[in-house]
Amino acid sequence: MEDLVFCKGGGCTAKLGAGALNKVLSKLPGKKDDNLLVGFDASDDAAVYKISDDIAFVQTLDFFPPMIDDPYIFGQIAATNALSDIYAMGGEVKTALNIVCFPEKMDMNILGRILQGGNEKVMEAGGVLAGGHSIADDDIKYGLSVTGTVHPDRILKNNSCQKDDVLILTKPLGVGIICTAMRVGAASDEAVGKAVKSMTTLNKYAAEVFHDFKVHACTDVTGFGLLVHLKEMLGEQYSAVINSDDIPYFEECENYVEEFYLTGTAQKNRNYMGDAVQFDIDSFMMEELLFDPQTSGGLLASVSADDLEQIITRLKGNGIDAAVIGKVVNRSVHTVYVK
Amino acid sequence: MNKNIDARGMACPLPVINTKKELESMAAGESVEVLVDNDIAVQNLCKFAAQRKYTSASEKIDTDNFKVIITKTDNKDIVKDNAESDESKIQCKPDVRAKGQLVVLSANTMGSGNNELGKALMKAFVFALTKQDILPQTVIMYNSGAYLSCEGSDSLEDLKLLEAQGVEILTCGTCLNFYELSEKLAVGDVTNMYDIVERMEKADKIIRP
Repeated sequence: MEDLVFCKGGGCTAKLGAGALNKVLSKLPGKKDDNLLVGFDASDDAAVYKISDDIAFVQTLDFFPPMIDDPYIFGQIAATNALSDIYAMGGEVKTALNIVCFPEKMDMNILGRILQGGNEKVMEAGGVLAGGHSIADDDIKYGLSVTGTVHPDRILKNNSCQKDDVLILTKPLGVGIICTAMRVGAASDEAVGKAVKSMTTLNKYAAEVFHDFKVHACTDVTGFGLLVHLKEMLGEQYSAVINSDDIPYFEECENYVEEFYLTGTAQKNRNYMGDAVQFDIDSFMMEELLFDPQTSGGLLASVSADDLEQIITRLKGNGIDAAVIGKVVNRSVHTVYVK
Repeated sequence: MNKNIDARGMACPLPVINTKKELESMAAGESVEVLVDNDIAVQNLCKFAAQRKYTSASEKIDTDNFKVIITKTDNKDIVKDNAESDESKIQCKPDVRAKGQLVVLSANTMGSGNNELGKALMKAFVFALTKQDILPQTVIMYNSGAYLSCEGSDSLEDLKLLEAQGVEILTCGTCLNFYELSEKLAVGDVTNMYDIVERMEKADKIIRP
């Protein structure tokens, strides 16, 4: 067999760039299976496979190296992040398997604390930890493979928004910037506290609300940052107008962006968007927030304006300070306009 | 005094943070030369310099070695002197593309006449394009031109070479669908008619073989 040329060039952080990844995936041959309702060709959050007219299972996995010193909190964050993909598809969490890379010589109590944090989040999600796989490695990495269920007619796709929809974001942006500031010892305890609280909040509570309404499209905002996820949501058919004044973010980011605590991943996201985004604003900080890779970020949902008020009220009732950040419009030259 | 920083092997944001620290203790007019091992770090350094209104220049030494030189400027000087202000715009890569030059490949053959010959000519055209000192900013392919950017095309490697040097490679999405090539696109991105029209309107020069 001829060797496939995947991609050239190195990287800066844990997540591979969106552009590089698409090139690799597009080269893999696929088998057609009508029961595979959502596969990776859709660049959606998780795979969905129909097993009967009433039930499809949702599969996802996510793992990464620690972004925080405390192993218990790291476990919680990694699990919250992995579970999130099930919620982004409109599913219910059923089982989870641990994915572990851990140095043989390191204190096993640390691993215990990681797994404890992860397990607590699986239980909070209403799922059960059912096993896992561990390998000895030079560095710590942890995450989950999660299986959930969804009714085949109630799948929340990430690319099916409609004209005049409004866009809702359920968590503030900026956790990537705060984690970067933390890595160089520059983040305040208060900022870290806020970021940790956000990263360990399950998207379950937002998904429960979305479940009761006709949400047209939904995705969780993760490593590709708000803009790249939004671009996937809009596809070729629509554009969106984002009101930068309405973007929720952690205020400490103003200072951290000024000090250039920025990730390489954000720059990759900026390169990937290219001129798909037009900034009609003069704020470098806002640009960086919109490209900031989110660990365990919130849900981005595209909903009918008629349902908006009820959805926001219900989200607030569930303790979620959701923001209405923009709207879906007819396709124009650029995919996203930031005003 | 000018300084050197070897930031190879450092993860983001450390190359920028170390450079920033070094520059803080330097006077206007002094430069810091930073070695990094990837293009994203180069871009982040240039972005930093642009935000601080410092001048920057970069050079790719080889695949894993890049040099960025950032010169500290006094912001007041830039306001006073417009010429210097122009120079302070970031020059991240030695750019060999002609801004505003658009190449349109509207078929997978060149000229009218024998089909085989037309295909061979088109292959030669794209190859010759890669050999120019000045490359176009963008190559747009539509109608049967869409075959050129897809698997099985004789011009694929040449188009990839152009893309690697920063030339935008764009193929019409409607055309890919029509010829059932959507799964076979092997270089560049998909575009739409709005984008094609806007790019043609804005182009200084359109080259159509």
